[in-house]
Amino acid sequence: MLELHSISKNLGSFAMADISIKINNGEYFVLLGPSGVGKSVLVDIVAGLIKPDDGRIFWDNKDITLEPPEARGFAVAYQDYALFPHLTIRQNITYGLRATGCSSGKIASRLQMLTEMLNIHELLSRRPTNLSGGEQQRVALARALAIEPKLLLLDEPLSALDTNTRLRLRKELKRINKELGISVLHVTHDPEEAMTLADQICVMLDNKVQQIATPTQLFRKPSDPEVAEFLGIRNVLPVTKAEKGKCFVCDKNVYASSANASTSHIWIKPEEILLSIEPFDSSARNQFKCRVAELDHRDSLLAVHAICGKLTLIALITYTSLKKLEMEVGKDVYVTFKSSAVHCF
Amino acid sequence: MRLNHFADSLESKLVTKEFNIINNQRIRWFNIILTLLGSSVVLFIIAPLINIIIATSITDLKEAAIDHQVIQSIKLTLMAAFLATLTSALAGIPLAYLLARKKFFGRSILLAIIDLPIIIPHSAAGIALLTVIGRQSFIGRFLGKGLTGTAIGISVAMAFVSLPFLVNAARQAFEAVPEKLEKVARTLGASPSRTFFTISLPLAWRGILSGMILMWARGISEFGAVVIIAYHPMTTPVMVFQRFNDYGLSYARSVAVLLILICVSIFVILRLLNYTKGQEPTNA
Repeated sequence: MLELHSISKNLGSFAMADISIKINNGEYFVLLGPSGVGKSVLVDIVAGLIKPDDGRIFWDNKDITLEPPEARGFAVAYQDYALFPHLTIRQNITYGLRATGCSSGKIASRLQMLTEMLNIHELLSRRPTNLSGGEQQRVALARALAIEPKLLLLDEPLSALDTNTRLRLRKELKRINKELGISVLHVTHDPEEAMTLADQICVMLDNKVQQIATPTQLFRKPSDPEVAEFLGIRNVLPVTKAEKGKCFVCDKNVYASSANASTSHIWIKPEEILLSIEPFDSSARNQFKCRVAELDHRDSLLAVHAICGKLTLIALITYTSLKKLEMEVGKDVYVTFKSSAVHCF
Repeated sequence: MRLNHFADSLESKLVTKEFNIINNQRIRWFNIILTLLGSSVVLFIIAPLINIIIATSITDLKEAAIDHQVIQSIKLTLMAAFLATLTSALAGIPLAYLLARKKFFGRSILLAIIDLPIIIPHSAAGIALLTVIGRQSFIGRFLGKGLTGTAIGISVAMAFVSLPFLVNAARQAFEAVPEKLEKVARTLGASPSRTFFTISLPLAWRGILSGMILMWARGISEFGAVVIIAYHPMTTPVMVFQRFNDYGLSYARSVAVLLILICVSIFVILRLLNYTKGQEPTNA
């Protein structure tokens, strides 16, 4: 179990303060945040490559703050792979085993196991320079896993890869975590990546920890609008007054089944908002007459920005619906959503 | 009219495509002037060298090459410079690594100190060295005699004036090794020294080697500092000077040509070493 107690670091150009996190054994822990908040610095601090100005690091209740990286047994894989260019793939993977003086028998069996697991058998006698990005990252993972690390540190490991390779490797990371039971600290700026991989997500904004939660908790109850916005949540609205089952948002009464007196914000998934030209009767409790302010093309769907007084809502519709509703900027529409579709936090 | 025509044809031969994009006369003449001035510099360097080689007959050269004294002095020069390079490398490479990797107070002052031997007149450097390794110096008294007039003394003089070339080349070579690779090695369980010997040094080796060859060549060609420390035994540059002084130009010329050929061969090896990686040779 890894524990960081109020880690602080000032590097001149940026500073982070009071970072405390805890990673349980076998847990897949994702550090999520935009670039420049010091996620990579934190990885280097955990690895022992940068000394924190303040705070302590514990592994299984033992203080390791001052231990050098080679004594920690935490392996790192970076975004740019950082393979040793003068060594073959075989030498790259076995580097750590040779450095720690393992027997040749152990080295051979470990190599065998890892090349099978990551499917890199045919690469062994090649050099890093003529490998694809995906291949290089597999090798970097094999090299990190070779030393049977207590903790695997991944610094944006998938960010430099094309979409298909990224999705494939993502699955493999999860599989490695589950099969080997190894704890992982994974740093990323991609909320979707965090969602699919993490047992716990720690959101870092403005050089400090904003929220630590499971993916489901995080999306159901983001701690504040900044976190919600970073997670890509749309239609986050501030609540001026709330009571059980109802809240007052932008001069409008919105029925929300989960609302209570402490609700400060609500959000509604764009997919759960219906648009129609005429008002219609339904079980949905919320219906507003709005004006279309903007049509925003994205992939296969269309985002419609609908305005009603101070209230702006974004709804997603298909191109077929666009034609059927004869949607255009300036047209009046009715937005409808259920009270159970309103998430409160 | 004829002059313009001349300019046209000269331009098409000399000027590169990029320069041609804006094709007006002023730019054309500007390019021609650049080219002519540039050529004069190149000519200035190669003309004396080619001239001395042409002016020296094969017989004279052969004679010099079998002259016992000349052979002895060439051997001494190569060996003393080699010794200087090897011993300097032992301490200079670690220093270069420190300078490349660590940020510490006084680093820039240290960098300037390392460049000092380049700017000090070498005869003055020789005198300064005398105060450290001469008969009256601490080391001289300790050994019972100074290092003046010995091969070791010559090596010391060569090392002093050529060390910056090695240290600077090695520092640049280490700086070109991504620090991240060293970090990864450490997390995989390698100690700092193991990381140095298995990652940093192998990756910087080519640059260090070219620095060593440059230092060797610079040591071979040293005259000023060496002649103060040791007139005898005679290194080849000192011998060229002595023969010119005592017997005149034609007698000194054949030894000079031999020395030039040796230095040029070392230089060619150095360039080839840098080229094999398919890059522009770096100015180590």
